[in-house]
Amino acid sequence: MKKRTHYELLKAGAGYYTALAGLGIIIAMALAATWYMEHYGHIVTGMTNEIVWGMPHVFAVFLIVAASGVLNVASIGTVFGKAPYKPLGRLSAVMAAAVLAGGLMILVLDLGRPDRLIVAMTEYNFRSIFAWNIYLYNGFFAVVLLYLYTQMSQDWRVRRFYRPAGTLAFVWRLILTTGTGSIFGWLVARQAYDLAIFAPLFIALSLSFGLAFFILMMVALMRGDDRELGTGLVNRMGRLLGVLVAAAAYFTFVWALTDLYAAEHRDVVKYLFASGNIYSWLYWVGFIGLGTIVPMLLVFSNGARSSVKPVVTAALLVIVGGLSLMYFIIIGGQSYPLVLFPGKEVKSTFVDGQIASYAPSMPEILLGLGGVAVAIAITLVATKVLEILPRSLADAEVDPHTAAHEEEGGAGMKQAA
Amino acid sequence: MTDMRTSDERDDVQATTGAQAEHAGNGAGNDAARELDVARRAFLRNTAAAGVVALGGGLTLYTISGEVLAKKAEEPLDPKKRWGMLIDTTKCREGCDKCVQACKKENGWDAEPGSRTDVQWIRKVEVRDPKTGFLASLPVMCQHCANPPCVDVCPTGASMQRADGIVRVDMHICIGCRYCMMACPYKARSFVHEDIPEEKKRFHAPMGKGVVTSCDFCAHRIDVGQIPACAEACPEGAMLFGDLNDPDSALARRLKEIPSYQIRADLGTDNGIRYTRLP
Amino acid sequence: MRATGRKIIMAGLAGSVIMLSGMTAQAGGDIAPKVPIDRTKGECVLPGDQMRREHMKILVHRRDDTMYQGIRGGKAAFSACLNCHMVKDDAGKPVTIESPRHFCRVCHDFAAVKVDCWSCHKSVPDDAGNINALKGADKEAEKASMFARLMNFVQGGAK
Repeated sequence: MKKRTHYELLKAGAGYYTALAGLGIIIAMALAATWYMEHYGHIVTGMTNEIVWGMPHVFAVFLIVAASGVLNVASIGTVFGKAPYKPLGRLSAVMAAAVLAGGLMILVLDLGRPDRLIVAMTEYNFRSIFAWNIYLYNGFFAVVLLYLYTQMSQDWRVRRFYRPAGTLAFVWRLILTTGTGSIFGWLVARQAYDLAIFAPLFIALSLSFGLAFFILMMVALMRGDDRELGTGLVNRMGRLLGVLVAAAAYFTFVWALTDLYAAEHRDVVKYLFASGNIYSWLYWVGFIGLGTIVPMLLVFSNGARSSVKPVVTAALLVIVGGLSLMYFIIIGGQSYPLVLFPGKEVKSTFVDGQIASYAPSMPEILLGLGGVAVAIAITLVATKVLEILPRSLADAEVDPHTAAHEEEGGAGMKQAA
Repeated sequence: MTDMRTSDERDDVQATTGAQAEHAGNGAGNDAARELDVARRAFLRNTAAAGVVALGGGLTLYTISGEVLAKKAEEPLDPKKRWGMLIDTTKCREGCDKCVQACKKENGWDAEPGSRTDVQWIRKVEVRDPKTGFLASLPVMCQHCANPPCVDVCPTGASMQRADGIVRVDMHICIGCRYCMMACPYKARSFVHEDIPEEKKRFHAPMGKGVVTSCDFCAHRIDVGQIPACAEACPEGAMLFGDLNDPDSALARRLKEIPSYQIRADLGTDNGIRYTRLP
Repeated sequence: MRATGRKIIMAGLAGSVIMLSGMTAQAGGDIAPKVPIDRTKGECVLPGDQMRREHMKILVHRRDDTMYQGIRGGKAAFSACLNCHMVKDDAGKPVTIESPRHFCRVCHDFAAVKVDCWSCHKSVPDDAGNINALKGADKEAEKASMFARLMNFVQGGAK
């Protein structure tokens, strides 16, 4: 018989309200930054006619990608039937919606005309992947809420749809991330994009970003509320994180090699990956070094078996690496000039053929951080008003048989040793 | 869609001598002073052009494409048309930016050279082949693609293609997401980064903070039977404007005679702007 | 306590509704501002009271006609509005939307309705480039057909 998980509201102490207040200040600053940008126009940002998407989009795309990855924690429990993840399903669903809301808030507030948001809801161009994404994002909220309902309802007639709802949410999030990746993958004009691999790359990234974000949130909530959190569970999630960052790095390698093979794209690959500019550094040191190799070393280390610290550090580094890669893709990709005349040198009054420079401005960064703050704040408030956080995540509670039969072969052996 | 009379009139003008243009203007409607104006100007231009032709030969004469007179202000556009342009790169001179200046004046933008945030609709690009040293100078603006990536990606449909092939932004429903700028292969679009003061605004080219703008082929001129400001301003007559779909138009006939090229034809966007020679 | 508060609010709301309806009842000429117009340039597209109700629909209809169909000129042209309704300042220059005397603001300030036209559109007629709109509709037939289309639209016939 299955062990029943008990969920409890957060006992909000001084720490909780301090955290909420801190987030509130960041959100207020983000709103002030938005007002400033909208009042004076984008001239006060670092964005230009070449770098049309800047720092806000780095954060926004990161969060939107991470949101679907956060939901994966629930999917692992529901769709793939891994028992230790099941108690995390509720938090995973709520946080997924929260993170998506944070990301979308940034996108919307960065629009040239955010006051016309209603237009984006009333006028649709169905050839646009952007318009599809509006449906996918809104649908994601609906599907996740439905999924959450089937998880939390006391009514068996609702609860029996738990698995179908979970599967629907899983499929939906795969399509959603495909859509997000395709925003870049389908840009035929840009030398750095225009690759189908952006869809699977973004799915891999979503898994690692989302899991890392979730681990951090889970540890903070459980520890902050003095609830038991098993090292075994965290270690298990950490090891999964290790595999996922490797998968994401793999897709970036395939991207680079594909473009390197085509003479047409050789220059842009060299520019992005190997020219010693800020983007190359962000990729190799930020994403590969800090965001992939170090986390892998940490989560597979011996220390990770007896302490949550290595995994938490790894999760933090994955986020640093993730933001680095987003900057690399979004800003780096745009900074490479459009090629109107292949193989020719061009010169014009509109800076044709020149590498575009970009310096993020303070309001942009504040807006980006505001989105992150919104994501965390919604999750915090939700854990206070909804029973989504398990009373205990001690190893004995979540999976008494962990040591006995591990599903993941190699990892199981390590655990047994 | 447009009535018989206008197509007759167009045929008349097609032959394009100054005198005939004048005649067509008269014949079309004796009450339409505006057309007379246009015809007179066409006559003057033609006369001047004739001089150039006598000296250099070639394309100049065809710049005055009579068929643009076909549309009257209050008529809906003709979906059978597709406006296009042939730019004779052999005539376009390095250092000359009359077309750019004319566009600035007509449409009220004023970009500082080298600015990364100012609105730009048209620019002169100097293209050099590093292997051979061959140099060409040519104007680049919105290419008015048949398959415009900017229209495909726009979430609201603000980035639009008129039935007569003109690609432009409906700024009334543009939300300023800038995805079209990411998608355009020709760097033809700019974002309005700051408020435009009243005195710099032009009545027929409204644009304002927070939306994306680009060359609209001077739609407001085409709609009343004039040709785009850049084509009108070119001192070499190197910009031949006309209807790509009408096999009898000066433009179509010229395109049949000589090889012409589209920038980044490999993308399959099928640009409405063609060049006689690309480096 | 709560119920009392609600009652007070309800009473206040009811009061304002009565006051407002009273205002509209006597309205028309009395307190609603008069839109400045130069009648020497001709009559407006529709009579004044109809214009007051319908002008926004006409503007949007016309806007889409121009954007998608390239229809320009004539009485319903945006430039024609500016031409006839333009208000000149003491120096004889047309006032821009910055001035409360601008014909749009005369009413919109009164009605406290903010419009989204002038961040892009010029609020005074252009000096040079504005000939087309005026010369577009010389022919009586064209004028009549345009007027018929417009009436059809206002009466809900066209889209």
